[in-house]
Amino acid sequence: MTPRLRQPSVLPGFGLTLGFTIGYLSLIVLVPLAMAFLRALDLSWDQFWQAVTAPRVVASYRLTFGAAFLAAAFNTAFGLIVAWVLVRYRFPGQRLVDALVDLPFALPTAVAGITLATLYSSNGWIGQYLKPLGLKVAFTPLGVIVALVFISLPFVVRTVQPVLEDLEAEVEEAAASLGAGRWQIFRRIIFPAVRPALLTGFTLAFARAIGEYGSVIFIAGNLPMVSEITPLLIVGKLEQYDYGGAAAVSVVLLIISFILLLLINLLQRWSRMRISGETAS
Amino acid sequence: MSIEIQKLHKRFGAFVALDHIDLSIPPGQLVALLGPSGCGKTTLLRIIAGLEIADRGRVLFDGEDATRRHVRERGVGFVFQHYALFQHMTVFENIAFGLRVRPRAVRPPEASIRAKVNALLDLVQMGWLANRYPSQLSGGQRQRIALARALAVEPQVLLLDEPFGALDTKVRKELRRWLRRLHDELHITSVFVTHDQEEALEVADQIVVMNRGRIEQIGSPQEVYDAPATPFVYQFLGNINLFHSRVHAGWARVGGLRVRVPEYGDTEHAPAMAYVRPHDIDLLREPEDDDTTLAATISRVSQLGSLVRLELIQSPDGEIAEVEMTRERYAADPLQTGDLVFVKPRQVRVFLHDNPSVAPPMHWSGDGDGI
Repeated sequence: MTPRLRQPSVLPGFGLTLGFTIGYLSLIVLVPLAMAFLRALDLSWDQFWQAVTAPRVVASYRLTFGAAFLAAAFNTAFGLIVAWVLVRYRFPGQRLVDALVDLPFALPTAVAGITLATLYSSNGWIGQYLKPLGLKVAFTPLGVIVALVFISLPFVVRTVQPVLEDLEAEVEEAAASLGAGRWQIFRRIIFPAVRPALLTGFTLAFARAIGEYGSVIFIAGNLPMVSEITPLLIVGKLEQYDYGGAAAVSVVLLIISFILLLLINLLQRWSRMRISGETAS
Repeated sequence: MSIEIQKLHKRFGAFVALDHIDLSIPPGQLVALLGPSGCGKTTLLRIIAGLEIADRGRVLFDGEDATRRHVRERGVGFVFQHYALFQHMTVFENIAFGLRVRPRAVRPPEASIRAKVNALLDLVQMGWLANRYPSQLSGGQRQRIALARALAVEPQVLLLDEPFGALDTKVRKELRRWLRRLHDELHITSVFVTHDQEEALEVADQIVVMNRGRIEQIGSPQEVYDAPATPFVYQFLGNINLFHSRVHAGWARVGGLRVRVPEYGDTEHAPAMAYVRPHDIDLLREPEDDDTTLAATISRVSQLGSLVRLELIQSPDGEIAEVEMTRERYAADPLQTGDLVFVKPRQVRVFLHDNPSVAPPMHWSGDGDGI
């Protein structure tokens, strides 16, 4: 039996909305991405390969994906705590704290980058205390991670918060009445329930961190091979009128991002399947 | 295990949820806490479980003070109205949970956990669903799993909070019979909360009727139904007709009707309410002498399955009354709308107006599902 595109349904407007969705996505997402691919095609295979495997470029991939991963992982842990506090407890100034979480969304990233660089430089407010400990944050890969943590914080908090709110207190009470301790309740009941949302938050934070440019360039120091991120490298190539090279590196960045996001999505689906017991369809 | 509640008091802000509750539940009994919503029955149950802390008073298990004991250590099984199953675990893992979270030293080996869970699955007749997830089960099935999960830790006390409240009528009836059979097998001291009088009457050994944070009556189903201690209990258990009345020197007068009330021998000219169950009324075509009947007109006849319900309007003051009779009795003399009849109550209870728990006068209470 051939699968039918259109299922009989009482919901109206399937054709119209699907057409709109595809048209819209094409215009906003696919066309610009296709442009990058087309540009990259200007290069011969050898040129392309050289552009994307130059040591300096490879080092920048490592930093971009590594720092983005660490920042997203860091935020997954600490974002969960922030969400937990905001959902479970009532305290004075709670609304304010709640609003504060969204601030990294609104702040121009360049402002964030300059502020962070000032704070963490070796004579900055925070940096001066880290220096005796041998920790150098500004103008190192560590600085990149700090900037990425800052800009991707809201994603985890905002995705986990509603799920925690929906988690019935009764379920925890049931677990307690069955003899489970606090840690066991967290590990066996709460964590599995928020795991899909945590993964979503992680994915969003990770994706955002990969593409981040504005805040990072101010704090990273941008040393080739050490603290230079791929987006900066692309901008650098553009400034040197190396459009083909820039497009090639962009394409590789895109493909790696796409594969990683796809993998996380699959993981998420598997995680959700375990909750609802649905079969994959 | 016996449960003893002593002078329990609990308030939420300005709202008094429990007002000096004393209650003693003998071991092995199935007790219903019955009352309208907001009467404190769930709060009482949660305090027994240790999920809520009382402001004052004590809870004793087998004579031992358990007031400060954490829910973890109370050894109670708790079943929630909305099941509270662990959505991300299979049915099997849900039931095994209480055994798996035990400290390593007292945790049974995997093989005996499996054996135990399988035995419980058989007990609740759901062995074939062991590998399903809660979201794939019907409400009735979920509640049975919740019960099996609570039983897995071998609780000394089983507490059920409106266990059948979220289920449809047919499943509810089935499950409560099943719960009764299960209790007869296991003999765990059990307390269940319900607002459904029929459920309480059918399942419980003892019924505790509660209203506004107080206990109105404790007794067997028959006692609370046949001899309600207060007007509230009368109204809450089953349908009633209410008639305005006056009591004087051992007699109550209801319209033209006179009823002997020896318990009010010393009362003089007191306003009162007379309570009559719809099935405790005979309808006659001719008046009797001796002030034992009231004239009325039939305003409506409805057939309700095995029963026929007649609505009457009393002649002098227009008060409305309800009468229920079996189909057979109705068929013997099929009264029609507009017929003049004479009402003869077989059993009347009279409560004086100054009783603090008298509800505001109304003609007859709801349609049997107890508010």
